[in-house]
Amino acid sequence: MEKMARVTTALGGNTITGRTMFCHLDAPANAISVCRDAAQVVVAGRNIFKIYSIEEDQFVEKLNLRVGRKPSLNFSCADVVWHQMDENLLATAATNGVVVTWNLGKPSRNKQDQLFTEHKRTVNKVCFHPTEVYMLLSGSQDGYMKCFDLRKKDSVSTFSGQSESVRDVQFSIRDYFTFAATFENGNVQLWDIRRPDRYERMFTAHNGPVFCCDWHPEDRGWLATGGRDKMVKVWDMNTTRAKEIYCVQTIASVARVKWRPECKHHIATCSMMVDHNIYVWDVRRPFIPSAMFEEHKDVTTGIVWRHLHDPYFLLSGSKDSTLYQHIFKDASQPIDRANPEGLCYSLYGDLAFAAKESLISSDSNRKPYIGDRRHPIFFKRKLDPTEQFEYISSSSALSVFETDVESGSMDWFVHTAKQYALAGRPLAELCDHNAKVAKGLDRNQVAQTWTMLRIIYSSLGTVSSANLNHSIGKGSTTLPLMNSFNLKDIPSGLGSESRLDRSKGESRTENILMDSSSTLINNEDNEETEGSDVPADYLLGDVEGDEDDLYMMDHENPHAEEQEYSLPQEAFPLRHEIVDNPSALDHLQDKADSPHVSGNEAETVSLTPVESFSLISISHSLYENRLPSDFFNPIVRDTLLFYAEQGDVQTAVSVLIVLGDRIRKEIDEQTQEHWYTSYIDLLQRFQLWNISNEVIKLSTCRAINCLNQASTTLHINCSNCKRPMSNRGWICDRCRQCASMCAVCHHVVKGLFVWCQGCSHGGHLQHIMKWLETSSHCPAGCGHLCEYT
Amino acid sequence: MMHTLFADSFATLGRLDNVTLVMVFHPQYLESFLKTQHYLLQMDGPLPLHYRHYIGIMAAARHQCSYLVNLHVNDFLHVGGDPKWLNGLENAPQKLQNLGELNKMLAHRPWLITKEHIEQLLKTEENSWSLAELIHAVVLLTHYHSLASFTFGCGISPEIDCEGGHTFRPPSVSNYCICDITNGYHGVDENHASPAGSIPTTESVCEVEALMEKMKQLQECRDEEEASQEEMATRFEREKRESMFVCSSEDEESAPARDVSRHFEDTSYGYKDFSRHGMHVPTFRVQDYSWEDHGYSLVNRLYPDVGQLLDEKFHIAYNLTYNTMAMHKDVDTSMLRRAIWNYIHCMFGIRYDDYDYGEINQLLDRSFKVYIKTVVCTPEKTTKRMYDSFWRQFEHSEKVHVNLLLVEARMQAELLYALRAITRYMT
Repeated sequence: MEKMARVTTALGGNTITGRTMFCHLDAPANAISVCRDAAQVVVAGRNIFKIYSIEEDQFVEKLNLRVGRKPSLNFSCADVVWHQMDENLLATAATNGVVVTWNLGKPSRNKQDQLFTEHKRTVNKVCFHPTEVYMLLSGSQDGYMKCFDLRKKDSVSTFSGQSESVRDVQFSIRDYFTFAATFENGNVQLWDIRRPDRYERMFTAHNGPVFCCDWHPEDRGWLATGGRDKMVKVWDMNTTRAKEIYCVQTIASVARVKWRPECKHHIATCSMMVDHNIYVWDVRRPFIPSAMFEEHKDVTTGIVWRHLHDPYFLLSGSKDSTLYQHIFKDASQPIDRANPEGLCYSLYGDLAFAAKESLISSDSNRKPYIGDRRHPIFFKRKLDPTEQFEYISSSSALSVFETDVESGSMDWFVHTAKQYALAGRPLAELCDHNAKVAKGLDRNQVAQTWTMLRIIYSSLGTVSSANLNHSIGKGSTTLPLMNSFNLKDIPSGLGSESRLDRSKGESRTENILMDSSSTLINNEDNEETEGSDVPADYLLGDVEGDEDDLYMMDHENPHAEEQEYSLPQEAFPLRHEIVDNPSALDHLQDKADSPHVSGNEAETVSLTPVESFSLISISHSLYENRLPSDFFNPIVRDTLLFYAEQGDVQTAVSVLIVLGDRIRKEIDEQTQEHWYTSYIDLLQRFQLWNISNEVIKLSTCRAINCLNQASTTLHINCSNCKRPMSNRGWICDRCRQCASMCAVCHHVVKGLFVWCQGCSHGGHLQHIMKWLETSSHCPAGCGHLCEYT
Repeated sequence: MMHTLFADSFATLGRLDNVTLVMVFHPQYLESFLKTQHYLLQMDGPLPLHYRHYIGIMAAARHQCSYLVNLHVNDFLHVGGDPKWLNGLENAPQKLQNLGELNKMLAHRPWLITKEHIEQLLKTEENSWSLAELIHAVVLLTHYHSLASFTFGCGISPEIDCEGGHTFRPPSVSNYCICDITNGYHGVDENHASPAGSIPTTESVCEVEALMEKMKQLQECRDEEEASQEEMATRFEREKRESMFVCSSEDEESAPARDVSRHFEDTSYGYKDFSRHGMHVPTFRVQDYSWEDHGYSLVNRLYPDVGQLLDEKFHIAYNLTYNTMAMHKDVDTSMLRRAIWNYIHCMFGIRYDDYDYGEINQLLDRSFKVYIKTVVCTPEKTTKRMYDSFWRQFEHSEKVHVNLLLVEARMQAELLYALRAITRYMT
């Protein structure tokens, strides 16, 4: 009520003036209705039944209709309606099932006129005929609608909905004989008042009770309904089938709907629960209310437009025991507070931007997009002619910014995603492979990163041998680090030995300084501490040449890199593998925490300087390499963060997966999850389903892993009757036939069913597999050449 | 139908519990019941799984229903619940302890729940509940309170594998042989061990006839008889009052088994009739807060889909009929069902403006009222004698049907009070 405006409207002869105002009632209101001349309003509730006159500045209580010593349930009103023809005539629906009419013209204090006690249950709604003075209609919980002639003592006709409780009845404003009734089970029925035996038409309008309906005051065919399913629907009844033409989704169940006078597409609604506001919607714009009244503090139970032809005054009664007059000027307009801008990236980096036209035009004067630093550089604005303007009712503009063809191409992303190897091989190989992939796509920085990762996290031996081979084969090493390897004459046995001992580069220095017997001892030591199951003599026997080295690597790495391998995947894994392998974790932690190891480290650190060789200058660079790989974790983490920041979440996630536990603890769960979701989202937008699934499976985030486990239900239809098979996959409840027979063994397939997409014959997975090994034709004998891959 | 239900039930629960086996008298209802229960316990929801089972244990323990407690202790441990919690509520997290008070009131005096209680639970602190969690908890609590009623009302015997259940108390009314139902043998006409049923006395034959006669009368003379409003009001009050004095004469003392009682403190707190202790409780008008209009919307808003499931379940329970009464066919039982439903709500102080509570007096005789009252309010005191002594001519399936009505009406009554408090808190 901050801004109270006074509004005057001239309507023919009489003028309506007023402001937003309210008065306290003594009790919660259930319904309100307004007199024809728009000067009085009646408020009815369980404990209140009063008439107020609407003055300029206030409501004035004019009459209390609850008279008599004893409170009677007849006064407990569920609904009230004021006759639009006769201003002395009112009708109420009582919660105990009585329909009461009131004649204000009566001289006595008690204005009660007639009492109809024909309904067995609560009467939910009463409605006067818009043009006929004596005709009253009621709808009740007992499922009946009754039409009363006020000149007679009993009902004239009874309409049985044959479904559930009646929630609302409304005479059509234009069709003299027609009325609509809404039901608790979601149906709406149309009746002809002359034919009580059967409804003219019925359709299901809502899911759950339809609480209210309202005929459009001008358009004869339109009926608005509101239901518990939070929808307001507008139906066109002119066609043979009621057609839903508009649908507004509100945030709570809809208790009342009322078309706004003189505004063809506007409708006012209020809710029965939770939401206390009154909304006025433009049905053509169903996502945001065009006006909103927020005065009530409890649910609004009754709304009514003050005058039949005046769209600016709305009266409302509420459970918070207040009666309000709202005027349109004071309504809050959510559109003002709404954010009218929309922004979306397309898959290929194009940017679509929609905003209010005023914003756009003011912007385009300044031409701000050209060279705007806030936008990533590779987005350039399309030229004006191609800019599309789309006028919606609020006239927003849509601009599309396309990327450069060359820089915007996302081919690299797809290729990378497809070619990257993320698991199933030793770390070094994975890194190598991925580096090659990146290089192949001219992404040198990423390639370098992979190479560096391999150096950091793979054992020296692998690195050296691989690099030796590499450098020999290609002769093109880029890292000075490798040169130092080449310079240094490493005992050939060292490589294999150190592979066992990947995480502790120092011990190698020690080994260099010791003789071969001490190497053996050291080896055994390591074996003991790490629980490696490679026999020592095997090790020793193999410390010969490069060839053996490679051979060793192949055989030994599976031990050292155990956690790299995932189980061979079956065709249809029934369960998800448990990714958090506790033993793998323990293994790692053992390595890191073992006191022996740390002692060993300390020893080496203290030893080497004493024994300082001429090699020191060279091995100094080596040294860094031989620090525990943990040492580099912060750097790697920063690298990943950098890539993610750059928008290359692909690299970040791939590295994360490949390195697994080595780096996982360095980055907080939430960031990881964020990366994973972004990457998976991207993959799915490129329809790289398999890869995205692989990523999900390899991820170590619980939240990501779950993605695979959601919506795993597969719905199937019966092959005979085409109906969904609800209970079991192999027998149809309807036609009592087994839907899926195995073409090989002719038994019902209850588990995995595989079928040919060409001839649609199939059967047990095993049977079909076996069959197609020996034969190329379909086992069903249809002659189709089936394939099984 | 029955077999598919069994299959589904077995698939989801991993067992075919006796409740299912008894409820299958009414497969249509059972389907909805299982669906709801499955959703509440296993599907997406605000509460973690072990919390759900623990709340189930808390609720069942309020009525010393060892059957349900044992069942859920198993499940609780199965989903990784901390066995320590089972030593008593004080070992559970503070958050669950806070729920104890609501559990107590909901089970015995739901009309005392105010928005302050809700506020207490929701106020922001370390162990506070969120609205969605609270709704979930409330639905679970009411579900298990009423299921406890069913368990005692039908005399569900303990599961084979649940020890302790055997010794807790002699199974009270469990008489129809479960095995027969499992074998697909739906012959309920043959009462297996019900002595009253097998010896039809002339008196009890009359009972059914008399009941039907009364129903007919009420149907016919409804229009003529016009009770004044005051009369109606007093009838409700009288029924409410009377329902308090309807007490089982056979108040046998059953000491609550220790393993059950440790889940709740304050054993003395039981169902207290309204005005007996000088408390006046304002009548709850269903027209002002009904499940269909208000409760549903609130539940569905905070715990999606559950409103729909419950709505369906209430609906099926309320409308379930085979148009039979004992040996009579084609009887419109809606009046009788409504009387039972409204009588239960009346016991909780819930009034329907449009109902003439005089009907209850005519349709429900004393022994039936005793049974209803006991099962709904103090289920643990139900005895086999009570079960046998009401409606002697009726089939077991019909008595189970009555129990379904009791279960759902009770659940709705509790829910209405709890949800009204939550609504008041929210506004």
